[in-house]
Amino acid sequence: MARKLKLRIWRGDADNGGLQDVVVDANEGEVVLDVIHRVQATQMGDLAVRWNCKAGKCGSCSMEINGKPRLACMTQVAAYGDDETITVTPLRAFPVIKDLVTDVSFNYKKAMEIPAYEHPTELKPGEARMAQIDVERSQEFRKCIECFLCQDTCHVIRDHEENKKSFAGPRFFIRIAELDMHPLDRLRNRKRTAQEEHGLGMCNITKCCTEVCPEHIRITDNAIIPMKERVVDNKYDPIRWLGSKIRKREGME
Amino acid sequence: MANLERYKYDVVVIGAGGAGLRAAVEAREAGLKVAIICKSLFGKAHTVMAEGGAAASMGNVNSGDNWMVHFRDTMRGGKFLNHYRMAELHAKESPDRIWELETWGALFDRTKEGKISQRNFGGHEFPRLAHVGDRTGLELIRTMQQKIVALQQKDGRDYGDMESHIKVFAELTITEIIKENGKVAGVYGYWRENGEEVLFEAPAVIIATGGVGKTFKITSNSWEGTGDGHALALKAGANLVDMEFLQFHPTGMVWPPSVRGILVTESVRGEGGILTNNLGERFMFKYIPDVFKDKYADNEAEADRWYIDQDNNRRPPELLPRDEVARAINSEVKAGRGSEHGGVFLDVSKRISAEIIKKRLPSMWHQFYELAGVDITKEAMEVGPTCHYVMGGVEVEPDTAAAVGVPGLFAAGEVAGGMHGSNRLGGNSLSDLLVFGRRAGMGASEYVKKSGANPVSESSIKAAAERIEAPFSRSGGENSYSLHAELQEVTHNLVGIIRTGEELKNAIEKIAGIRKRSANVSVSGGRKFNPGFHLAFDLDNMLLVAESTAKSAIKREESRGGHTRDDFPGMNSKWRQVNHISSFDGNKVNVREQALPAIPKELFDLFDVHELEKYMTTEEIAKGGSK
Repeated sequence: MARKLKLRIWRGDADNGGLQDVVVDANEGEVVLDVIHRVQATQMGDLAVRWNCKAGKCGSCSMEINGKPRLACMTQVAAYGDDETITVTPLRAFPVIKDLVTDVSFNYKKAMEIPAYEHPTELKPGEARMAQIDVERSQEFRKCIECFLCQDTCHVIRDHEENKKSFAGPRFFIRIAELDMHPLDRLRNRKRTAQEEHGLGMCNITKCCTEVCPEHIRITDNAIIPMKERVVDNKYDPIRWLGSKIRKREGME
Repeated sequence: MANLERYKYDVVVIGAGGAGLRAAVEAREAGLKVAIICKSLFGKAHTVMAEGGAAASMGNVNSGDNWMVHFRDTMRGGKFLNHYRMAELHAKESPDRIWELETWGALFDRTKEGKISQRNFGGHEFPRLAHVGDRTGLELIRTMQQKIVALQQKDGRDYGDMESHIKVFAELTITEIIKENGKVAGVYGYWRENGEEVLFEAPAVIIATGGVGKTFKITSNSWEGTGDGHALALKAGANLVDMEFLQFHPTGMVWPPSVRGILVTESVRGEGGILTNNLGERFMFKYIPDVFKDKYADNEAEADRWYIDQDNNRRPPELLPRDEVARAINSEVKAGRGSEHGGVFLDVSKRISAEIIKKRLPSMWHQFYELAGVDITKEAMEVGPTCHYVMGGVEVEPDTAAAVGVPGLFAAGEVAGGMHGSNRLGGNSLSDLLVFGRRAGMGASEYVKKSGANPVSESSIKAAAERIEAPFSRSGGENSYSLHAELQEVTHNLVGIIRTGEELKNAIEKIAGIRKRSANVSVSGGRKFNPGFHLAFDLDNMLLVAESTAKSAIKREESRGGHTRDDFPGMNSKWRQVNHISSFDGNKVNVREQALPAIPKELFDLFDVHELEKYMTTEEIAKGGSK
């Protein structure tokens, strides 16, 4: 049962652009990415959109649908009213390349700034033993599909280009948290560097990132807040402070 | 071309899925300069879609497992058409490859003793798949992506530039492998973002481009699975082996139409899911082939007991190799016993609790709930076959992954052929890409260290540039989107899960027709991120792959694994001795027969002779393994 869907698509590039209205057939059960593809195949052969798996697993088709950061492959057309116009626009926090495609290289630069996992040298391959309950904390964050919707929605950078230099964003706070909670990772002071080098302190826990996460990762509650609390504990606890000075233990955070 | 963007590397890896990344790590660790090129953003490759796990006989759950059992299972699954040496290397090396990932930070699910947990899968005699819920592929990609970053950080410390020795070129399409003096000299392509052209000069190129699923209408593959590496290799003078073998995964989603084909992991069956038809009948008991009768339960009571006691019961037939299950579902639907939307029912809700389902199969729960409105903890899923994997691929030397016939060219992962024979076992893909990704990296590194400079000539650059410009200068009026849709109809209807000689003949003609018209594809819009332009190149690749598949399929007059002929329904031992080799003469694909390499004695003797009798001729059995 095809219906005529009113779609408003942002088209353009870094220099100029605007919204264009189209009417396109939409079938039962279809998602927004399906109708965008139909527009591409029948009306706008050069309409730019990123996508890959079309199953919510790769995080490529991130865009803003009626102003909300979403995956187009996981957004049912039926969720909108029959007469409603669906408006699709590129991610606002990143520079537009063309149409719905943005330059997300910011995220890959930030990824390169997070110190890598350090495996204990004495543990040979196959010798690691970890309890399921201990790996689960990090596994929650490793579910991340890098759609960067959390980065897009985060108000620290959404409308503040100037903050991008000193702020890694929620995606990379969960990366740091994941390594920090990894049962075997050897590198110390991850929480402190999160605070001092990656801008954890700029987050004021409004939980917008958690709300848009398609993997339902509890970014704020399970990663950001625990790290903030520990940073504060260590910084203002006089005994720990003294201990870190006397014993010069790197591990005291 | 004076202002052409140019790079020089020791090794260029095309494809940033599991195989490509593993190859890149190996080449960098051998001291070389490596470029990684991918069509998508970094970390989006199709490997993220692998759900179930990576097969490796670590023996963490059942200590009876070892490489010999894994080798036997792999050969049986492939109906003995596998290249024995690839199957051997794979079975021997996969445990080390999994453990190695752990040293790079991967977090697999654990056993009670804290070891890597392993799950059951179709065709594997023991619980063998290392996994992370049902998102194992994502864990592999992310681990290797982060390993690349770790190597870059080290280069940053050593050389002051993180991208000095390994650099990722994302959203770049390669259109040509350039050869000079009969050897690989580099690759040529364009940035998807702005259409500008790029030349990479490198003595070694590793193809790790994955599969060909987008040639078909119903597929679990993403848009990237357009057979680029298969086509690039053919055009560079390499061979493809056994392209008739396509794996139709038995369980893809069938409803709603927009998600048709999306994968439903085999883990659902591994965790206890059962298949029923519209009569409520658990039909798989009717479809156990003779070769598997001693390993699979023929009644429900025994199948159910297996979940509790695996040593004293045969396994449920839902866990037969994928080709068997896909054909069974196809038959049930054809006989009118299918579900409302043309599939069958897969139900896991009756055997395990809602809590465990959400824990072990979280993305399946999510996928059905969000896309089909089905709660799999309470109701059955509707599933049916979907084009999932190509067993055929570039003919390679097993030990080095070097492409036969083209010095400097290597291939690993799904794009390489031989490893899986006529049918791949679930879980053997993730381990394949680790084992042979590493071997391709080693093979390329050794090659580079021995070979001298081989610069790319101006005439080669000119020819490659002209090819990219062509769709813009044509006014033929053919549209790449509609030609792609036509090709998908042809392959789906005529080269699909069940084939006949007549249909294949028809398909070959139709594919040639589409190919002719594709020369008139013109593109609207400019070069900047223009999907119509991108598809024009993908289409060219898919047409070559489809031609190779159809021409190999019409020759093989038997049914085996991922190739079923309605007009030749049985498996024939004579055909087991034959590989089909595709090559390209500049105009068309030619297919010839080549004898399968003989299995050496020590591997031959791992099998019971009565089992081999089911696959081999009496002369072969009498001869035994080669010395």
